Amino acid sequence: MATTVHEPPQIDPRRLPRQRQSGNGDWGNLRPSDGNVRVALEYSPPPSSTAIWVVLFAVTMMFAAFSSALIVRKGSSLDWQGFALPSILYFNTLVLIVSSLTLEVARRRVTTFMGGGIQVENPTRWLYVTLFLGLLFVAGQYVAWSQLRAEGLYLATNPSSSFFYLLTVTHALHVLGGLGGLLYVIRKLNRSALRRNQLVATARYWHFMGLLWVYLLLLLWMKL
Amino acid sequence: MHDVAAHAAHHAPPTSFIRKHVFSLDHKVIGKQYYALALVAAFVGMFLSWFMRIHLAWNDTAIPGLQLLSKTGAPGGVMTPEYYLQLMTMHGTIMVFFVLTTAPFAAFGNYFLPIQVGAEDMPFPHFNMMSFWVTFVAFLVLMSSFILGDGPTLGGWTQYAPLNAVGSVAGPGQGLGVVLWATSIGLFCVGQLLGSLNFITTTLDLRVKGMSLMRLPLTAWAWFITSCMGLTAFAVLMPACILVILDHVAGTSFFVASNLVINDQVQPHSGGSTLLWQHLFWFFGHPEVYIAIVPGLGIVSHILITNMRKPMLSHRTLIYSMGALAVLSYMVYGHHMFVSGMNPFSSLAFSFPTLVITIPSTIVVLVQVFSLYGSKLRINSASLFSLGFISMFVAGGVSGFFLAQPSIDIMLHATYFVVGHFHMVMGVAAMFGIFAGTYFWFPKMTGRMMNETLGKAHFWLSFVGAYCIFMPFHYLGLAGNVRRYSSFVDDFLQPLIPVHRFITVAALLTGAAQLIFLYNLIHSRFWGKLAPNDNPWEATSLEWSTATPPPFDNFGGKHPVVYHDPYQYGVQSSVGDYVMQTSPEQVKTESDEQ
Repeated sequence: MATTVHEPPQIDPRRLPRQRQSGNGDWGNLRPSDGNVRVALEYSPPPSSTAIWVVLFAVTMMFAAFSSALIVRKGSSLDWQGFALPSILYFNTLVLIVSSLTLEVARRRVTTFMGGGIQVENPTRWLYVTLFLGLLFVAGQYVAWSQLRAEGLYLATNPSSSFFYLLTVTHALHVLGGLGGLLYVIRKLNRSALRRNQLVATARYWHFMGLLWVYLLLLLWMKL
Repeated sequence: MHDVAAHAAHHAPPTSFIRKHVFSLDHKVIGKQYYALALVAAFVGMFLSWFMRIHLAWNDTAIPGLQLLSKTGAPGGVMTPEYYLQLMTMHGTIMVFFVLTTAPFAAFGNYFLPIQVGAEDMPFPHFNMMSFWVTFVAFLVLMSSFILGDGPTLGGWTQYAPLNAVGSVAGPGQGLGVVLWATSIGLFCVGQLLGSLNFITTTLDLRVKGMSLMRLPLTAWAWFITSCMGLTAFAVLMPACILVILDHVAGTSFFVASNLVINDQVQPHSGGSTLLWQHLFWFFGHPEVYIAIVPGLGIVSHILITNMRKPMLSHRTLIYSMGALAVLSYMVYGHHMFVSGMNPFSSLAFSFPTLVITIPSTIVVLVQVFSLYGSKLRINSASLFSLGFISMFVAGGVSGFFLAQPSIDIMLHATYFVVGHFHMVMGVAAMFGIFAGTYFWFPKMTGRMMNETLGKAHFWLSFVGAYCIFMPFHYLGLAGNVRRYSSFVDDFLQPLIPVHRFITVAALLTGAAQLIFLYNLIHSRFWGKLAPNDNPWEATSLEWSTATPPPFDNFGGKHPVVYHDPYQYGVQSSVGDYVMQTSPEQVKTESDEQ
């Protein structure tokens, strides 16, 4: 009986590691792979970096749905009654923008602190400032809702007030989620267990909340 | 890619029963939980369809025991027209959300995506666990509508406005039933968004070394594309559900038009847009069709390649076509609204991409069929159901050409023609994909083989039965048989009742054939023949290179390295006519590897 003798497994030298061709992680590898794990480690983003973009995309779609609902609802009926936005909203906007700046200061200081470079005293200070400003924003939104209620504008009073409450409350809930993220980062930092990508992801989310609010304010200002 | 150990093995093997089997963080357990949920939901949905079919065929016949489900809806076992619609709504909702989305995407995807990319788990296992349990609660909330209030909603799985927003004045189930429906679907959206988050990050960031995107198996690509679709679609449906709930519980008027009179009562709402719901719903609803079918496309391609012992004619073409389906699925949703009174130019705008979307669908099928040409296909239950998938997808898809034209759709829209179309192209095809995946991966999941004889009997009875049920639907539609009627008393409908009786008998027999599958599944799980080895199908992808069933960390502490394309069949290697992705052995292939 004939016996087939197989060649021992060989590694093709062309498949030896080459720079930037690991074929792992992120999008930049629709090209051939060479199985180099070291390069992969250098060039792949951590999952939380990808995840935060996924989350922001989902949030964007959600508010896009609400926005389009507002535009369609306003355009399809005659019962829309506009009202003046509470002026505290502009103060709240300023607070949220400033909180983004303080978070950016915090991010740089914490990054420096984690890098072990320049000594940074109390790296959590600016995170606490951001946390305070975030809470101030939510409190300011609550004041705005109270003012509207005092004027007799409730959720079901008119479609314009319905959308006002819907958009601002949903945004405030997302801001509260961001505050939770900040608390998580502070806790991790205090335990020396914070990873840089966790801080970056939280910062991206927070900045996005600011951008989203500016968009919502413009939308409400133009459409209500 | 990341060092898998650094990112995925961040939870230790569980020791308690609760952590192992209930609130598990292991993607494989979560995958099995999703599968079990889908199985239960499928049989619930099937029994509901039996009740509906019996009622349609023999209108006055009492169905024993049905009165136990609802005394008012089915007094003496004979269902009222309203209860027929309630059962129809629940059938559609359960099947679309909790079976066709859950099984091929969430169940198989959870179990096999991390293994196929070489990871130890999903990157966010707690979110993954929450994804299942939120979905489970969503199912319970939906089912609770059977016993709470005046029963489930009767508005159909599409829940059109304004009936979905005016409350119980619109009929039984339109009060609390709608709130429960919207709550359930809103929760379901949350669960699927959490799942999509994990699927996308797993695919992009946790691939093992050597696993380029183009080296991913077609299943992994299908799950990845589906998760991208789900991320967009469910993020829009969830706010729509919130708006419906607010219309019910907060007195808002998002969806109810002014001066609407129902049952001689002027509705308190004012000025809402009924079309708004349709836009929001169908922006989700059409991609949902592809969320149900794209995983099936990946699964059957994966299975057929394994059984053909040769790769598809073009791996890239299949991937690009599935991607094109995903993108186009968002541009065609208006074809569900041709009868809504939309501007004819808008109809044209939605009709054109609807015809265009048939191109990638056709390309996928042609690549599959021409790849089959000349191959020595191994005939087994998995490959038979894969062929059945293609058959159903084509047969159901062809009628889509007709419905894509607004002038024809306006005539056929409210008829059984549409029911036949979507049941074949989306329902049965996707179910066949689930069956194919089950027969194929069962040995890896359990270490035992399913009974092939029973599997083939299951296939032929299901295949013939499905055609007997759904092809006559097209004829009924052409004959003007309107859908959503609980009885056919009009003169022009009465001659069609014998066709309905034929369909009902076929549905009962085909449904009974699924009990063969259930028996096979349970019996094989505990007493089935042991799988001969870890790779009984002589397949190449990573799930077949690990132990059976896979250990907690999937690869027993090792980190596989990928050297080959996913489908290196028809080659000469030391193990046979294939080479596994993880084998460093060099083989001569007909084409350059990716």
